Amino acid sequence: MPKPITILRVALFIAALVPAALLVRGFYTNDLTANPGDYITDQTGTWILGCLFASLSITPLRRLTGWNELIKLRRMLGLFAFFYAVLHMLTWVVFVHYFEVSFMVEDVFKRPFITVGMTVFVILSMLAITSNRWSMRKLGKKWGTLHRLVYVAAIGGVIHFWWLVKADITLPRRWAVALAVLLGVRLWWWYQKRAAAPAVARRAVTSSRP
Amino acid sequence: MLIKKAADIRSSEITPKNVYLRRREFIQAGSAALAGAGIVAAGWNAWGGDALAQGGGLPKLPNIKKSPLSTSEAPSEYQYITSYNNFYEFAPGAGDGPKKNSGKFKATPWTIEVDGLCNKPGKYQLEDFIKPFTLEERIYRFRCVEAWSFVIPWVGIPLSEFIKRAEPQGKAAYLEMTTLVDRARFPMQSTDLLEWPYKEGLRLDEANHPLTILAVGLYGEVLPAQNGAPIRLVVPWKYGFKGVKSIVRMRFVEKQPINTWQAMARNEYGFYANVNPMVDHPRWSQAREKRLPSFIANHRTEMFNGYADQVQSLYAGMDLRRNF
Repeated sequence: MPKPITILRVALFIAALVPAALLVRGFYTNDLTANPGDYITDQTGTWILGCLFASLSITPLRRLTGWNELIKLRRMLGLFAFFYAVLHMLTWVVFVHYFEVSFMVEDVFKRPFITVGMTVFVILSMLAITSNRWSMRKLGKKWGTLHRLVYVAAIGGVIHFWWLVKADITLPRRWAVALAVLLGVRLWWWYQKRAAAPAVARRAVTSSRP
Repeated sequence: MLIKKAADIRSSEITPKNVYLRRREFIQAGSAALAGAGIVAAGWNAWGGDALAQGGGLPKLPNIKKSPLSTSEAPSEYQYITSYNNFYEFAPGAGDGPKKNSGKFKATPWTIEVDGLCNKPGKYQLEDFIKPFTLEERIYRFRCVEAWSFVIPWVGIPLSEFIKRAEPQGKAAYLEMTTLVDRARFPMQSTDLLEWPYKEGLRLDEANHPLTILAVGLYGEVLPAQNGAPIRLVVPWKYGFKGVKSIVRMRFVEKQPINTWQAMARNEYGFYANVNPMVDHPRWSQAREKRLPSFIANHRTEMFNGYADQVQSLYAGMDLRRNF
């Protein structure tokens, strides 16, 4: 019998592939609406956030459940976020701009939601590239600092979505609430830890600042 | 008044040539990324091989006259026109939502109120409203502000003929048109997605232009709910959102009405909303469009959606960048 965490890992792996599989199926059954480019862009965008937020919920879940092995799921979820980000970028390059570099450049510099989206893509790429053990060893403490950029990516992702909708902010608002919860618990824990630390130590920390 | 008919544009002239020539390359490249190249050809054939059966089995409209104002471009398929369009009263977004959520919509009985600055105000049942006029087929290009387009065979009446009969007074400068409010029939009206009722307006000379119609049909049949049943506005040189749907009120007014999308986001949507490839939407270019169904932008957008010869005199001397 495999360990529960292994079963969970395999199940999540398959689940994370379902949205991509549905798009492939839709392509063959002609079920991606009359505007399939836009549809695929929307779907892949949604699943970047889905996977990214799932990876951000690992730490709070570990703390709440005490099940530390959950950490074994985090990298996989982050990489799936990157996987959908690559597809999302491809839809932009191919369906939106059809490889026209000048249009893409104009888009990035002229339209703030694209600027933000591109920034998020760059961050996710850096994190994906440095997600292996070798990079972790090589970067040492810097690895943790670098990977805190995931918060910037999550915030940027929600802003990107919010800025691109025409009227219906229902969906971006939901992501924003989820983001507030995920960041909020971290802030709360950080605040509690700080409050619990002895006053002397805290003073020492503050006075050491320039 | 002399009405010039615009020269029809051959598709080989409008599709950017490099895009046109590379279309197969695209299909292969784009899909390979998604699915693996081997099985793609089969998939694409399935896409293009759909039956071209037109119409949706709705009641046929009688005695439709052809019009010289129609384009000779091939109309888009019925299934796409009726499954991909915006109608926020049913659902946000143009996917299948409006079609799926329009099941409870009933277009009968339907009353239209005519009021404001006119000598012949009144309330009409739809049948009586339509009766004095001859129905015409008008095959028009339809350009959505979201950069996609169709060619749509509408059936309707010239709005000018209705205006003549209503006898607007001298002070009337605009015609304001309003969509029905009924939460039972329009599920999204229970939310604050937009300000209800949906409102649109035209300058009276735009409303009187021979191209402007009130459409009651599509492909020779009555309009399906999601496309604005039973009666909607069609102004082919303007972005689609000007075409207010399921109209219950026509009001002659002195001041320029605030149309719904202008009220929602006045930096993005104006009163005029003329199709203009030179004036971008703040969040995307309007230079090109997707003639659906299509993965990519396969058409260059034309000034006034290709109706410039007929309508540009309406806007002589106006700054179209400011009056977008």
